[in-house]
Amino acid sequence: MAQHKVNYTSSAGLPVALTSVDKLVNWGRSNSLWPLTYGLACCAIEMMASGAARFDFDRFGTIFRASPRQSDVMILSGTLSKKHAEFTRRLYDQMTEPKWVISMGSCANTGGMFNTYATVQGVDRIVPVDIYLPGCAPRPETLQYALMMLQKKIRRESANMNKNVKQRFI
Amino acid sequence: MRKYTPKDSRQKKSYYTDRFWVAPRVPREDVGEDGHFADVVKTLKKYISEGYVELGQLVLHIKPKDNLAVLELLRDKCGYAMCSELSAVDYLAQSGEFEIFYQMLNLDLAKRARVVCRIKQNESIESIVPLFKMANFAEREMFDMFGIYVNNHPYLKRIIMPDDWSGHPLLKTYPLQGDEAASWYEVDKIFGKENRDVIGPENRDPAKVDRYDTQRFSRVGYEVPFGADISEGEEPNEIEYSKTAFVNYQKKSKQLKKKR
Repeated sequence: MAQHKVNYTSSAGLPVALTSVDKLVNWGRSNSLWPLTYGLACCAIEMMASGAARFDFDRFGTIFRASPRQSDVMILSGTLSKKHAEFTRRLYDQMTEPKWVISMGSCANTGGMFNTYATVQGVDRIVPVDIYLPGCAPRPETLQYALMMLQKKIRRESANMNKNVKQRFI
Repeated sequence: MRKYTPKDSRQKKSYYTDRFWVAPRVPREDVGEDGHFADVVKTLKKYISEGYVELGQLVLHIKPKDNLAVLELLRDKCGYAMCSELSAVDYLAQSGEFEIFYQMLNLDLAKRARVVCRIKQNESIESIVPLFKMANFAEREMFDMFGIYVNNHPYLKRIIMPDDWSGHPLLKTYPLQGDEAASWYEVDKIFGKENRDVIGPENRDPAKVDRYDTQRFSRVGYEVPFGADISEGEEPNEIEYSKTAFVNYQKKSKQLKKKR
């Protein structure tokens, strides 16, 4: 069986691969990021396109889940109105740790063109954001890039959740 | 009413506005002697204070207390089976009144008519839900946006804004970027009033960049903990603008510094 043949010139001649727990755990976490099926506005159309066959989020192990309890990532895709802010925060609180947030599009980042009384001026007033994704609306490739950046970020984090506790209020 | 602002600094404005420009008005035509609209006016003669045709639509001015009777006649006698829209216009600054309009549609003849009435600020209007079911939501929206109370409405409650919202956004006096309560609405609701200082005021400047801000700008590639202080004792280094022929920006940024 050639595939099980031990290569004595690498891995110190041992049939093992050495790694750290951090890397192993983060490898698992970053390659199965399950976002919440949660569309706010027109950016959600791009998010749907990213999930569908042409751009295919499944390649990254990213499968949309319809429950916050099964999700790791919240993609805030679009304008967040002040009326809805409370529910967004509730969904975020319902997600289990570890959890990350991608703020998708200008409206979610800063309120965007909706400089009005009814729009939350940046979702970071409500939930802590890991990746800010500019664009109006961002193309699916951009969302994929944001996801890959988030994967990169996760791979640098510690697997120990206590070390990752972000010193933040929100 | 909106606060009066002095107009003596007009010349400093970079854009030009024509003082003598008059907003164009849609021409008003007479209803005429015969035809469908003339019949409608004849039927409703005792309620109408003013009637004319505007862009092919009949406009009827009535007293607010007659709204139910007029709309019922329009529906049953004149064939206007559908009320397609209902709302108000804020004329408080001009005359202290709201203009309430009912946009009616005759589906058989493809004709439209608008019934208009004016109420004072503190007056209320009778609900037309018994005649048109669509008025349920439309009147709720009118109440939400203008604060006009509708008598005998089955469920008069805010429909667009949250229930605990203060103010009525479509009033001309309502500031576009929201009043005090609006600007803190989500913070108050989620974190409580006592945490306003922690979250901070809204940033309404879309071009604002703060390089020491580690809460809003995550650094990929060279990461710092969330909210960590990375200024390393450096004084806040504001962007300095150079002096131009027109404005001395250096002076301006110094003034800003002083304010802080």
